[in-house]
Amino acid sequence: MLILTCPCCGVTAEETEFHGGGEAHIKRYGPGSSDDEFHGYLFEKVNPKGVHFERWRHANGCGKWFHAARCTVTLEVFGTYSAQTTEPPQDIKDKISAKRPGWSWREFA
Amino acid sequence: MSESVSALGGASHEGFVRAEDMGLRAMITLRGDLASAKLRKAVKGATGLDMPEQRRIAVADDRSVAWMSPDELLILGPYSEAGTLRETLEKGLAGEHALVADVSDARALLRVSGGTGVREVIAKLCPVDMAAEAFGPGQFRRTRMAQIPAAIWMPDEQSVQVICFRSVAEYAFNLLRNAAAPGSETGLFI
Repeated sequence: MLILTCPCCGVTAEETEFHGGGEAHIKRYGPGSSDDEFHGYLFEKVNPKGVHFERWRHANGCGKWFHAARCTVTLEVFGTYSAQTTEPPQDIKDKISAKRPGWSWREFA
Repeated sequence: MSESVSALGGASHEGFVRAEDMGLRAMITLRGDLASAKLRKAVKGATGLDMPEQRRIAVADDRSVAWMSPDELLILGPYSEAGTLRETLEKGLAGEHALVADVSDARALLRVSGGTGVREVIAKLCPVDMAAEAFGPGQFRRTRMAQIPAAIWMPDEQSVQVICFRSVAEYAFNLLRNAAAPGSETGLFI
């Protein structure tokens, strides 16, 4: 069972109180971008075995969006953090490094 | 004006604890910057209550202020005062970026009461730790109750109040009734 802590209201609950929102830190390409960029934004999602970053919404709670860093193999959650950021904060990266040395995910490591 | 009635018309059911419809209640949603002094003053002026802390509910007499999310409060009062409450809040918040909405008729208020078994009834339905160390009077929790969103709090150790959407009030009542069926006690929290 995946257990998440909402950083907006502080509630810790299992995943049925939340709703997954797909991959985190996606760079959006809109009008003016190339077809390749737009295609990449729409379709090219990563599906890693191990460290992964996702967006979640506390759908049955405070209703806010947030980010979660977790392991897709063990369901271990390394941390949750604000949705108002374009990259994982350093303390979350440090926590992952402590448990999964040498990890990388897209351009982050 | 037509006569207002609650979703379940005061239905009640006796199991190992009692489940009942609490009737009509004024519920005002207030969204805004909860740190704002003006908003705090407006809430105090309308209810006489101070801003509750995160995930808590402030209760006095017939009024309550519940913390719903980082930018939302739910203010409860007697049903007949819904209009007055809304107007008082709107007046107090004039010029402030905030939203006041009367949602009294969009919600239903249910109660489970009659012993420590109420913790078990909620624990059967919600992904919430209902142990006394983890949840108790004063706390306010929005969560999932089987297939619907709900908010719960404990006015005292022997009862739990549940707010859900009016459209699913019957479903919620049946859930509580079923979870309180005599013979289904597990004695987990006794």
